[in-house]
Amino acid sequence: MLKGTPFHSRTQPLCQAQNWRRWAGYIVASSYELTHEREYYAIRSAAALIDVSPLYKYSITGSDAVRFANRVVTRDAEKCAIHQVMYGPWCDEGGKVIDDGTLQRLGEQSFRLTSGEPNLRWLLSNAAGLRVSIIDESDSVAALALQGPTSRDILAAISDAELDELKYFRLTFARIRDIPVTISRTGYTGDLGYEIWVEAEHALELWDALMETGPDYGITPAGILALDIARIEAGLLLIDVDYIPANRAIIDARKSSPFELGMGWAVRLEKDYFVGREPLLEEWKRGPSWDFKGLVLDWDSLEQVYAEFGLPPQLPSVAWRTSVPVYADGRQIGYATSGCWSPTLKRYIALAHLRAPYAKRGGRVEMEITAEHQRKRAAAQIAEPPFFDPERKRA
Amino acid sequence: MNNAGAYDAIVIGGGHNGLVNAAYLARAGKRVLVLERRDRVGGSAVTEEVYPGFKFTMLSYVVSLLRPEIVRELELASHGLEILPLESTMTPLPNDDYLVRWADHDLTRRELYRHSPQDAEAYDDFGKLMYQLAYAMKPMLGTIPSDPTSLNPKDLLGLLKLSKHFRGLGKDQFYALCKLMTMSAADYLDEWFETEPLKATMSASGIIGTFLGVRSPGTAYVLLHHYMGEIDGVFRAWGFAKGGTGAVSEAIAAAARRLGAEIRTEATVERVIVADGTAVGVALDTGEEIRAKVVVSGLDPKRTFLELVEPESLPADLLDSIRRFRIRGSSGKVNLALGELPNFTCLPGAGPHMRGAISISPSLDYMERAYDDAKYGDFSRHPYMDIIFPSMIDPGMAPPGKHVMSAFVQYAPFELNGGWNEEKREAFGDAVVDTLSQYAPNLKDAIIHRTVLTPWEMQEEYGLTQGNIFHGELSLFQLFFMRPANPWADYRTPLKRYYQCGSGTHPGGGITGASGRLAARNILKDW
Repeated sequence: MLKGTPFHSRTQPLCQAQNWRRWAGYIVASSYELTHEREYYAIRSAAALIDVSPLYKYSITGSDAVRFANRVVTRDAEKCAIHQVMYGPWCDEGGKVIDDGTLQRLGEQSFRLTSGEPNLRWLLSNAAGLRVSIIDESDSVAALALQGPTSRDILAAISDAELDELKYFRLTFARIRDIPVTISRTGYTGDLGYEIWVEAEHALELWDALMETGPDYGITPAGILALDIARIEAGLLLIDVDYIPANRAIIDARKSSPFELGMGWAVRLEKDYFVGREPLLEEWKRGPSWDFKGLVLDWDSLEQVYAEFGLPPQLPSVAWRTSVPVYADGRQIGYATSGCWSPTLKRYIALAHLRAPYAKRGGRVEMEITAEHQRKRAAAQIAEPPFFDPERKRA
Repeated sequence: MNNAGAYDAIVIGGGHNGLVNAAYLARAGKRVLVLERRDRVGGSAVTEEVYPGFKFTMLSYVVSLLRPEIVRELELASHGLEILPLESTMTPLPNDDYLVRWADHDLTRRELYRHSPQDAEAYDDFGKLMYQLAYAMKPMLGTIPSDPTSLNPKDLLGLLKLSKHFRGLGKDQFYALCKLMTMSAADYLDEWFETEPLKATMSASGIIGTFLGVRSPGTAYVLLHHYMGEIDGVFRAWGFAKGGTGAVSEAIAAAARRLGAEIRTEATVERVIVADGTAVGVALDTGEEIRAKVVVSGLDPKRTFLELVEPESLPADLLDSIRRFRIRGSSGKVNLALGELPNFTCLPGAGPHMRGAISISPSLDYMERAYDDAKYGDFSRHPYMDIIFPSMIDPGMAPPGKHVMSAFVQYAPFELNGGWNEEKREAFGDAVVDTLSQYAPNLKDAIIHRTVLTPWEMQEEYGLTQGNIFHGELSLFQLFFMRPANPWADYRTPLKRYYQCGSGTHPGGGITGASGRLAARNILKDW
């Protein structure tokens, strides 16, 4: 039997769809309502409440906490101010990405690192010789993402946090009613939003507080199907879907470096040392072989593909997570790993690994479309994610 | 004469089609000026805070067939456009029952089954047929009408292209199309269904914006429109724009400005300046004159041809056609600020049905009786209503815990016996509130503020001649190459460099933006 999250006794009765899925050994709702549509729109127009408790969470404390963090992540943890949050990857000795997540600086000598897969063993092995304590708090800390334009109003109504001063990728300690929480202005939707971190024992009180005040602001519990569309629009990649963690890859060809995942901006090669620095420096000098980009399918081309069968374009109603070939100059030059119809942009979008010269050249490529059981190709434009980037996200 | 501007194009009227037109002209590198009489852009697609904290979608309240290519090409999402789904339609019934059509197919089928097992199945068959027909008809929305009597190769080619789309139709589909073109909505739906509230609610789409009843021939065709959006990847074609329909206009205006267009509000164009049969600029009511190479009117055909230009500059047959063009207003709008939601006795509480439309259309007889009142110059004592609660979809429309209600009400004839005045306007508002209170008795006490708009206000304040919401009725004889008059359906006019881009041109009706976009295409072709 898989575990329910600390919110399960609240989410379970709300899940009309009875549509659950696995996430890190927990079960979470795919959608609460019969379709995820309204939950998606809540993210973009009101506030979605998403149980993200299954994220792995590690507490990193001690006088060498900064040194340790700087050793593992590719970003410069010394520049991570107290109450700042940094997103980025970490790599194996070969400079290939193991996982990605947020590094939250809770205090002078205290961080929390979140990740998609378990990382305790790897973190501990890198802590050798450092005065640092690493504790897996994945089960003891629960988390809710409150995402959408009215999320700030909801928190303002029920917490003592100074939300106007809480900038993008910063965190604050606050109370929601009487519950001590950490609120970070982060999320996986590319919208205005917050993630609320709470001791698991207070989880239900927190849920109740949000759901009592939230309805006036359109709060809507949302599942992973809605989140998946939002994260693709935001151009945020997903471990095990858009890339395979290096420590799980059976063959080297399945591994990706941060450069190959479009995360070169997060690699601070000027740091003296971090795991994977040497090979990454080499790769940077010679230029990576792959890049990770957005694709925007050309509507007229889609119409043509389907018109051959007397059909209008058949669009995916949920995001897909399969590998789809991408072509240029008559040969395969990459593969898309996630895609969806963007209800907000009215565009069919995808995230794709492209061979570097083609990614650099930009312009048009073709993506495989299966229409009426036949493999066809539709034209697509290479785009720089995020596809959707509203001002309110940072405002 | 002020030549400092030296504009390439002036668009008269900052309604959504005018703005779309301006944006496309600006996108082609033209220097464009939009002149809007009111203090804000949007025309009939405006959101106004009439009562503090409560935002009213004053007239137009839903987005139906906004062309997705416009959303993409003008990047409206990045300018703030978000269209939220209207998921359901509930028809409350006098016997305290109801009929709801939900977004979920199984829920709808089960609900229809409760009323009629046969209708539950017929509904799917009907939906499939409409989908097939809509696929065949849809290209017309994006096509500049060709003159079928012309032997001009361009027109012939256009007709040929269009005929291709129909060739794919099977026999049954073709006959169904013929029926849709000729029958009344009520008669056509009678062939399919037996559930009265289902037929009545569906039939409403055939009469909105026309001065016809559900039993008037020709009203069946508009049923198709409901299915067209689905084909564009706009699942749930009917949506509510976050921030109200005014937000649609604001997004298009922002796109137009970003593309370089200039927009002036509180600038009333009095007439188009014509020299040698060519439009050369406009004169404002202040006496200011502005020159441009091209003048585009986003106003309705009556204003475009009979008011903005001297009638003697136009051919007599066109003047005749435009004078006869049917533009009879038939609907009103009641907007309420509410302290609490109405509680429908048939389905109490603020459940998911309150996020969709509420349709007051219990039976075909009810619908036709509403028309009977109007036929002889009265407003309907028990009108058809299409109601939404924008604050249930977008909480920003009202203060927390409070609500706004938008009621589209038909019939309210422009030519009311004795004419409209304040007293009659409020009597009309009372009829609406009284009718609705029969289904939701707490309504009256919940009202904080009420705004009633009759066709008279629509004409005087919003510039819709006779208060017709579509710039001319969407009757078959006023569609496609006959909208607004042949052979002037291709956005051109007999005056050189004077064009039309409003809803009174093909395809017209609702917030589609299609007229503005197609007009821009021909304007640029002529450049």
